[in-house]
This record gives sequence, structure tokens and C-alpha cells, in this order.
Amino acid sequence: MKILVPVKRVPDPATTIRVLPDGSGIATDNVKWVINPFDEIAIEEALRIKEKQGGEVVLVAVGQQTWQEQLRTGLAMGADRAILVRSEAALDTLAIARLLAKIAEEQKPDIIILGKQAIDDDSNQVGQMLAEMLGWPQATFASKVEFQDRKCTVVREVDGGLETVAFDLPAIVTTDLRLNEPRYASLPGIMKARKKELKEIPADSLGVDLTPKLKIKKLDPPPKRQAGRKVASVEELVQVLHNEAKVI
Amino acid sequence: MDEVLDRDIIDAVRRFVDRDVIPVASDLEHRDEYPHALVARMKELGLFGATIPAEHGGLGVGFGTYARLMEELSRGWMSLAGVINSHLIMAYIITHHGTAEQKARFLPAMARGEKRGGLALTEPHAGSDVQSIRTVAKRAGEDYVLSGSKMFITNARHGTMLAVAAKTNPTAKPAYAGISMFAVEKSERGPTVSRNLKKLGYKGIDTCEVLFEDVPVPAANLIGGAEGQGFKQVMSALEVGRINVAARAVGVAQAAFESAIRYSQQRVAFGKPICQHQAVQLMLADMATRLEAARLLVANAARKKDAGERCDLEAGMAKLFASEACAKISLDAMRVLGGYGFTVEFPVERFYRDAPLMMIGEGTNEIQALVIARRLLELHAI
Repeated sequence: MKILVPVKRVPDPATTIRVLPDGSGIATDNVKWVINPFDEIAIEEALRIKEKQGGEVVLVAVGQQTWQEQLRTGLAMGADRAILVRSEAALDTLAIARLLAKIAEEQKPDIIILGKQAIDDDSNQVGQMLAEMLGWPQATFASKVEFQDRKCTVVREVDGGLETVAFDLPAIVTTDLRLNEPRYASLPGIMKARKKELKEIPADSLGVDLTPKLKIKKLDPPPKRQAGRKVASVEELVQVLHNEAKVI
Repeated sequence: MDEVLDRDIIDAVRRFVDRDVIPVASDLEHRDEYPHALVARMKELGLFGATIPAEHGGLGVGFGTYARLMEELSRGWMSLAGVINSHLIMAYIITHHGTAEQKARFLPAMARGEKRGGLALTEPHAGSDVQSIRTVAKRAGEDYVLSGSKMFITNARHGTMLAVAAKTNPTAKPAYAGISMFAVEKSERGPTVSRNLKKLGYKGIDTCEVLFEDVPVPAANLIGGAEGQGFKQVMSALEVGRINVAARAVGVAQAAFESAIRYSQQRVAFGKPICQHQAVQLMLADMATRLEAARLLVANAARKKDAGERCDLEAGMAKLFASEACAKISLDAMRVLGGYGFTVEFPVERFYRDAPLMMIGEGTNEIQALVIARRLLELHAI
């Protein structure tokens, strides 16, 4: 099975994010960059499928040259090759979905697995847009993925429970947190990744309209956390939770 | 090996330490419990092959990178560096002095972590004074028969093999010319691990007394195939050993410093975070400066080693300085944390207990200073 895994570069969830004073973005000095954790789960799932039934895992990212780092990490985990669609400008989700659709048409994967959302902007759009553009079935928020011949069954995490859907390939699956626990890139894997193919394609060579439809007007940091306070008794705690915090 | 690759390798280990080691280190350490799960992870990661040359199945990283890896592991839990390092010291001796057959037989399995080694040099009455060891190896047909006892042997219980120093000629003059090294694989015929030693720190991993009661070892396991080479073989690995101990000290000191600078911004006294009191700032500045100096000394020694130059002086200075700095920094961290630093709720007490090992292990700092002085007098002879 040929599996395409789109990957995004995001700030490490463990780093403290500072919003620039003018609200135009975040301060990127001292930020460590990683693969979007949901995409990491997608890579892991792709590798497990490949280990079970053979095939090829192809990574694709849309971004600047620095994004090679995250693609290399994915290759070190075990993906076979990677494509970097080079774009110096930041693109919105629609443009990215269009570029990925182009790559999918060219690579003809049996399935595209990607994170349900990126942890930086939490858009949760690219997978769905991609399904629409390609006219493929989609299963979002997957917590279990199984195959039988050309049929795929996915258990989805929906509000208040689980939903099981089945569909034919090719298809799009977006991953939820509980699908798997991603492996480490082993040190020998990191060395092997150096020799794997990482192809660059300029974004503007794909004949796609990249004009942003969306503009980020302003970012605001979350309000500063208030200091806690001690209460004397359970009765007082209940009172405060009810009357002041209004949570019970 | 290129820089990006080295950085990726260090990053991968840092991630392992942050995710898997730090959350469990203090707990395992307090229970003095062997970290089987972490060792299995280190095997998966490929750490057991770090410095083993690529042609023998290892990663073949340079000593500069290796030092950084040991620093990272020690930042999480210093004992883990012990599991890897004693193993790699044995691999180093086989790589540089073993016969082609020995390299082929041992190194690939060691790189995969299937065979896990250690170094059995020290004896109950012979530490830094290696020449006075009493373990003897007598030739008997196709075997050598080893008898004697070894002390403070890391990896002895959970490892599968040991590089053992023994005298094939107990009456040789000078004494060191009678020492040989053997690659001993543990079997039902010995050696016996007689007891695990209880320690102040460096807990969780096996530091044992090992008994050789007429243990037969195939003559094919005499490292290098010729008798009397053992002392030279061990000494050649000491530079690496010192760089490693120094790197461990840097890692522990880094962890202590991080604890202190974080806590100092959270703890409020007299109306402001204690990091805004000059008394604490002076300590933080001093800690970070010593830490930086220690790290640079390690990097310099490792760079010389990687360039194939003699670096006993630099490695000795790095070990001496970094281990003393680590002891001071971990104590200062405890001062910054005050009463909390003294409790087992914070990891600083662990760093403080681990620090002395680096002053004592791999040649005490007093011996280290003498070696440095001797070398200086050679270099500056008039």
C-alpha cells in the first residue's frame, strides 16, 4: 500500500510561546520546532500499516527549507522518501490543501493519513478540504484503522462515544490522539535517513492558486493565570465553586 | 560525520531523556531499582553502539558527540550513562586491541546491545593502583583459568560479559608487564556476582563484587591474542573514560542548575521572587559560569581525541574540573532550593548524591591532579 503522509512543522508543545508585541505572530527565537504531534501519529500509523502489509510511506510538507528537519525526522522514524513543496510565504489551509491535492494526483497513494489538526493554529481543515478536492471518502479523528483488501474500517472519536465507518480506498484519514504512540527515531534510523530521497518542488511550479483567502489579523496571548487561594473548609470550597467560579 | 547528523542524534537522545527518563528517574533511584524498561529503550535507540565503528555495526559517532550523549543521559539520570559507558569502554578496548576474529565475534552483537559488557579492573585492594591487582590467569590447554575478585563492577549483574584484567605473569617486573585483558562471557562456570553494593548515589544500576573461582576462559578471548598487553590496553581507554566521567558531571550539573534557576523564579521571599535577590543571583551566575567552563573543557578534550591527538592532559583537566564543579553546583542548587532541596520531593538531593562519584570514579581527583602535574612537568621540562 502506498501511503502519503502530509507533515507540518510546529513549535514544540513544551516550549513557552510568546506573542509578538504587535500581535502579528509569535516570537520564533529560542523556539524548538518539531513535527506536529498529530502528524507524528499519522507517520506511526503509516509505518505500522507498511510493516504489516508492505508498501511505501511518502512524506510531504509545504514550507520553507528549514522544514527539511522535520521531514528528516520522519524519514528517521522509517518513512521511505519525502517531498518538500517549497514556499517561502506562509500559506493558508486552502492553498496547502490545493498543493497537497496536486501532489496526491501525481503520487497516486492508496491512502492519505494526516493529523486531524496542527497544534499551532488548530485549524482542522486540510484533511477535509483534501477529501473534497480529490473526491475521496474521509474518516476524521481516527482512533483505530483497519484494512481488508481495498476496504478500510475506521473507528472515529466523536462527541460522547465512538463511531465506526467503512469505505473503499483511496481515502483520507485524519488521526486523533489515541490512535497510537509514535516510535522514536532510532540513532541508526537517523543515520539511514541521511541517504533517503528528499525531493524539493517549488510551490509556484504546481499551477495552483496560492492567494490567501484568510488573513490573521491579530494574536492575543492567553490571560495571565491568577494566583490560587486557600479555603478553610469543604463547605467554603463548594460555596466558592458555586457562587464565584460558577462551575458547579 | 556531519554536524546536522550529530545534532539530530543528540536531539533524539534529549527527547528520550525528557520524555522517558526524567519522569521516572527519581522514583527508580530511590527504590534502587534496575531500569529494565529504560535499558530496553536505549537498546532500541541504538545507544549501545554509539562509538562502535560503523563497519562493526555501530554508529561510529565521534567522542565530541559521545560526550554530549553522556551529558544528556546524565541530565536525566546519571546511572544510565554508566550502563552505556562501561559497555563502550569494553568495546573500545576490543576495537583498538582485539584481533580481527574478536572484533567480528563481539562488536556487532555489542552494538545491538545483545551482548552487554563492562570493565572489571578494580579489586578490593587495588583501584587507581592498577598494577597491584591480584587476579591471576593461568594457561591450561585451550583455556586460561581465572581466579581472584573484582570490586565496584558496573553492569556485572545485568550485563553478559566483562573485560577482565588479570595477571598472566604475577612475578613480572615491572608488574604492569604481567597484566592481560580477557573478554569473559558469563556462564554457569562463572564468574559469580557475589553481591550488589549499596551506594550513596549512582543507584539503580548494578555495581557489584565479582568472584572468579577457577573460571575457564577460552584462550581465544585473550584480547589481542598476546599476553602482557593488558595494562597498555586499559590505559588507552582511560582518556575516553575520563571524557565520559567529565561529561556525566556536566550533565548532572546542568540538571542541578536548571532546577535552581527554575525554582528561583517561582519561590517568593520578602515580597519578590528569590531570583531577584542578589545573594541568589550571585550563586546562579557562579553555577552557570562553572558549568559552561566544564562543558568547554570536555568539548576540547573530545575534539583532540577525535583528531587522533594525545589528550590525557586535557581529559584529566576536564574530569578534575567538571566533577568538582558538579559537586559545587549541586550543593549550590540545594542552597537555592533551601529546605525543599533537602527533601526527596525535588531531584536536587539526587544530583548532590550522584556528584561525588565523578570525583572518585575513573581515577580519584587527587590521582588526576598528580597525572596532570606529571604531564605538565614533561611538557615544560627545562
